[in-house]
Amino acid sequence: MSIKEIIRQFKPEHHNLLNIMHALQNSNPGNYLTKEALEETASYLGLTKASVYGVATYYTMFSLEPRGRYIIRVCISPVCEIIKAETIIKHLEKVLGIKTGQTSSDRLFTLELSECLGQCHKAPSMMINDRVHNCLDKNSIEEIIEEYRQMSKSD
Amino acid sequence: MIKEERILLKNAGKINPLSINDYTKAGGYRGLKKALAMEPVEVIDELLEAGLRGRGGAGFSTGMKQRFTSESCLRCPQRYVVVNADEGEPGTYKDRIIMEQDPHLYLEGTIIAAHAIRSSQGYIYIRGEYQDSIEKTRKAVEDAYKKGFLGKNIMGSGFDFDLEIKLGAGSYLCGEELTMLESLEGKRGTPRIKPPFPAEKGVFGMPTLVNNVETLANATRILEKGKQWYRQTGTDTSPGTKIFTISGQVNKAGYYELPLGVSLRELIELAGGMRNGKPFKAALLGGAAGTFVDSSMLDEEMSYDNLKKKGATLGSGAVIVLAGEDSIARTLINCLRFFKHESCGKCIPCRVGTAQLLISARQLNDTARDKKKLLGEMIRDSGLMAATSLCPLGQSPILPLKSAARYFEDELCGLEN
Repeated sequence: MSIKEIIRQFKPEHHNLLNIMHALQNSNPGNYLTKEALEETASYLGLTKASVYGVATYYTMFSLEPRGRYIIRVCISPVCEIIKAETIIKHLEKVLGIKTGQTSSDRLFTLELSECLGQCHKAPSMMINDRVHNCLDKNSIEEIIEEYRQMSKSD
Repeated sequence: MIKEERILLKNAGKINPLSINDYTKAGGYRGLKKALAMEPVEVIDELLEAGLRGRGGAGFSTGMKQRFTSESCLRCPQRYVVVNADEGEPGTYKDRIIMEQDPHLYLEGTIIAAHAIRSSQGYIYIRGEYQDSIEKTRKAVEDAYKKGFLGKNIMGSGFDFDLEIKLGAGSYLCGEELTMLESLEGKRGTPRIKPPFPAEKGVFGMPTLVNNVETLANATRILEKGKQWYRQTGTDTSPGTKIFTISGQVNKAGYYELPLGVSLRELIELAGGMRNGKPFKAALLGGAAGTFVDSSMLDEEMSYDNLKKKGATLGSGAVIVLAGEDSIARTLINCLRFFKHESCGKCIPCRVGTAQLLISARQLNDTARDKKKLLGEMIRDSGLMAATSLCPLGQSPILPLKSAARYFEDELCGLEN
């Protein structure tokens, strides 16, 4: 679907802004909101570009920069921290060859941190796009990353 | 040993959450049927007399909230129901369990609430990261429309109600009711000045009822089984059950539904006891915006009023357990880092204060400072923030900070080895 088609699934009302942004970002393989998408949204909803930009930059789930195809969000809340989320992050950085906040050179993965994902009984946890991965350790991380690498080839 | 009492989670794991037929076969939508046969004011009275208190954390009377909303601005063309499904308090996932395992349960409560305040339009504001909750709720709403539990002339009663799902996008603050309304309107998530409360002036300037997922799940059961039945569980002033999410140093971390008034010791026992038999050190009750307690609180009744009386909080029902070797300072620093990250920046005391508290907390490891003085200054500053910030975020750092200092001052100041 084109940007216009995605936007036009929603009524032209201000309160639909966040839902529109989610739809636009999810439809972009680079997992981000393009300038064109934001401008189109502003004009459809009758808002200024500045106010749309303000909203897009306020919420941590939205990005204005291209990201990887898979967004990794590692939980760093107190429970995951007690169960050593730090070692998970370090190991992910090693496996992916990037630092937190960066995107891998093959543009497959972006490594981000997240507040509590509500998976505390199975800490430490992370999400990759829509899927939750729990009870992480070094081995399971490597398997999970490999699984996504394979998945990207078959798509 | 104490046993779980699954009033809310009766269907969890037993029915297919994607099947509305499973839900109705298990007795679902009977509460709504009863509610629709009652006058709106009678529904509110039922909740009021059942003693239901908001499960989002504040513990305010749900019946009162509904009454205020139903009685305010009678000339207004619309009043709204907003479901707070923006669960984000660290250590909490009770709403997620309801949404993923029995979404119709809170949907039914939402429709009951709409009838109670005579609303014809509602919104469910779900946290953007909660993908599974979003999908299950979407399906539940879709099916409820098909079966005539939503839309026009619900169950032949003449009552109309439409419901729409709104997604959050990674802001903890949007779980605060007035901030949620800003976000729902498509704006940045910054708090509004209150009063006016949502009951008077909420979303789109209209009277609005904001209720938490677990609260609405309770409302379904109360209408289904009646206030007398409901009051058999829990304590006099905190009736019913609470879904506790216990995590950290216990053997069987998880969610447990228990009558309000249960003790922390009983909850830990039910969760398989301390991990590998380690000694209990502390629990953080209610998440980051919660309070630390030590072993002197193990046998206290966990109800809204008793914990408040003892300077602690029940909050969202999160219980994070720390054992002997775990550092209080580390968990406290994590909470303060969280507040700094989530502060929206609207109120200067909160924006500057959350950053300063984190710097100070890290300096507690710095041997060159007078640590007792530093800790005292942190508590003073968090008090100023609480007094001068608009919303609960700026008012929260004082909770873990003061309680940590109360029980673990020597450790925080490096005086204990």
